Amino acid sequence: MEELNNLFHGFSVAMTLPNLAYMLIGIVLGVLIGVLPGLGGANGIAILLPLTFTMNPTSAIIMLSCIYWGALFGGAITSILFNIPGEPWSVATTFDGYPMAQQGRAAQALTAAFTSSFVGALFAVILITFLAPVLARFALNFGPAEYFAVQLLTFCSFVGMSKEPVAKVVAAMMLGFALAAVGLDSVTGQLRMTYGFPVLLKGFDFLIAVIGLFGIGEILLTMEEGLAFKGKTAKLSPNIVWQTWRTLPQYWLTFLRSTAIGCWMGITPGGATPASFMSYGVARRMSSDPESFGKGQVEGVLAPETAAHAAGTSALLPMLTLGIPGSPTAAVLLGGLMIWGLQPGPMLFVEHKDFVWGLIASMYLGNIVGLLVVLTTVPYWAAFLRIPFSVIAPVIVVICAIGAYTVHSSMFDVVMMMVFGVVGYLFKKLKYPMAPLVLALVLGDMAETSFRQSMLLSQGGLSIFWSNSLVGSIFGLAMLMLAWPLLAKLSGLLGSRRD
Amino acid sequence: MSTPDTGEGGDAGPSKDPAYLARGPELAVALGLVLLALLVIVDSLRVGIGWADDGPRSGYFPFFIGLILLAAGGFIAVSTLFTWRGSTAVFARRDELLPVFAMLIPMVVYVLAMVWLGIYLPSAVLIAYFMRRHGKFAWPSTLAVSAGVPLAFFLVFEKWFLVPLPKGPIEAMLGF
Repeated sequence: MEELNNLFHGFSVAMTLPNLAYMLIGIVLGVLIGVLPGLGGANGIAILLPLTFTMNPTSAIIMLSCIYWGALFGGAITSILFNIPGEPWSVATTFDGYPMAQQGRAAQALTAAFTSSFVGALFAVILITFLAPVLARFALNFGPAEYFAVQLLTFCSFVGMSKEPVAKVVAAMMLGFALAAVGLDSVTGQLRMTYGFPVLLKGFDFLIAVIGLFGIGEILLTMEEGLAFKGKTAKLSPNIVWQTWRTLPQYWLTFLRSTAIGCWMGITPGGATPASFMSYGVARRMSSDPESFGKGQVEGVLAPETAAHAAGTSALLPMLTLGIPGSPTAAVLLGGLMIWGLQPGPMLFVEHKDFVWGLIASMYLGNIVGLLVVLTTVPYWAAFLRIPFSVIAPVIVVICAIGAYTVHSSMFDVVMMMVFGVVGYLFKKLKYPMAPLVLALVLGDMAETSFRQSMLLSQGGLSIFWSNSLVGSIFGLAMLMLAWPLLAKLSGLLGSRRD
Repeated sequence: MSTPDTGEGGDAGPSKDPAYLARGPELAVALGLVLLALLVIVDSLRVGIGWADDGPRSGYFPFFIGLILLAAGGFIAVSTLFTWRGSTAVFARRDELLPVFAMLIPMVVYVLAMVWLGIYLPSAVLIAYFMRRHGKFAWPSTLAVSAGVPLAFFLVFEKWFLVPLPKGPIEAMLGF
């Protein structure tokens, strides 16, 4: 019951007037970011992060995490009304959401999407409330070897779970690690891979990479599709909301399944996007009427939205307890923690109770605020998409440039943002995954430090990774994930031979 | 207006525009990764990949990262070359790539101009250029938006949040 006490304390932190105002600002900005192409949760938060440097960390994280929830809500609006996923995790929502809008059931689809987002997030927050303290207490006993094993597991899960070709996942990840290693080596004080360029001294900041890869890269991709926004309109009346809500409880099993998929994919770094696809696929397979999917089946909206929100929310669990983010957006929030002077990881739960529980309480409140905001303001957001792309595109480029510059007040960063933008476009076209690159860039230094510390402890012997049952089982799990594509291929071969 | 491209390749769609195959960019990116891997490995060797008195040296960890990157990039490059002839995966059509460059080139010019002129003037020019060239807006609305947006950013960042943005000779003339 200690958790409940802490949670109530958290509510008292989060429920102050300024924090509630930051929450509302965050949600509104987040929905805006979610609706606009080229701005998403990860780069939107990265751009706004420098503005929070002087804020109180609790208020700052409340605002930034609310931007995240807002972006998760906002993605659904464009998918359903315009058939344009504002966010990668809402691609699956277009499959049934847009057909519903075409049939004149846009309001029902939106209500269902927002409500299921809320349900998914709520379950994930409850999970965080009760699991995070336990995990944090457990992680207090971790040594460098355990930490490295967990980080290894994170990266091996990418290899095991990604849909992209294994070589490309590995290449993207190693590129991230290599970029993270550039600059001053904090252990020996030696310069690495700067090749005599003083601008490389401080290395590559992942915030710049996120703004470029997801912002500029996304704008280039959007250009390619030659966007002319032609969408449906929707007006949500309380009557329709109420009617839709009455039909939703019959889908409790879909909700439960999608939440489970979402939470799992969020905690292991699968992320919201694969979670939404997986959940959609499972819902269709389990449905009594799989043929109706893709033609405006409300379950096809519920399943991906629930899973995406559950995954997006539960991605914060490993970020808070272990300092290992489960998604690029969680990685940006983690970067924020470090900038505000908070060391993510289990000690956070001991040393900064106000911060942690204020954040967790704000997740409950933020999602309620978010649900109310999106249900009441949908028509206005749709209006944003009627602004011609020839206005929106250059403005977003300007916003990205400002965001990249303000991180370190460096012009070189703006140039790097462009480079990352082109890389992001090429990677997206050639199906290299972006999330492992970003996470490796964030965790690179941490992973290297824990690896070196483990090696110091063992005098260079790799056997430290199976020296006790805890580290051994994490390490074993990591190896299993790494070998997963190979095992899957083998079992496929065996299966086809039996046929 | 084109149909939303699924990016799956192989099908160039109804458009008559020539399609560019993915194999060229694929090979270029893979070779780029190989080159980066070599840079990482060479410099790791320079700073030392072994052990010093106080533990692993600076190149110890990056060296292996470089090796794995080399292997992954090399694998992609080689397998692209091996399937070169039969490859039909499409990178993009010409009518898709043109707008991409229509965006990319002004963006590059914008960033380079920022280095000399600060952020405000190039931003205004960039927005005005897009609105006139691609949006076919009339001058009054173009001027209003292209001047208004940088001004709004000026107020939010410099006045409200006290975050200085890059300024050039024109702002200096105005006394900022």
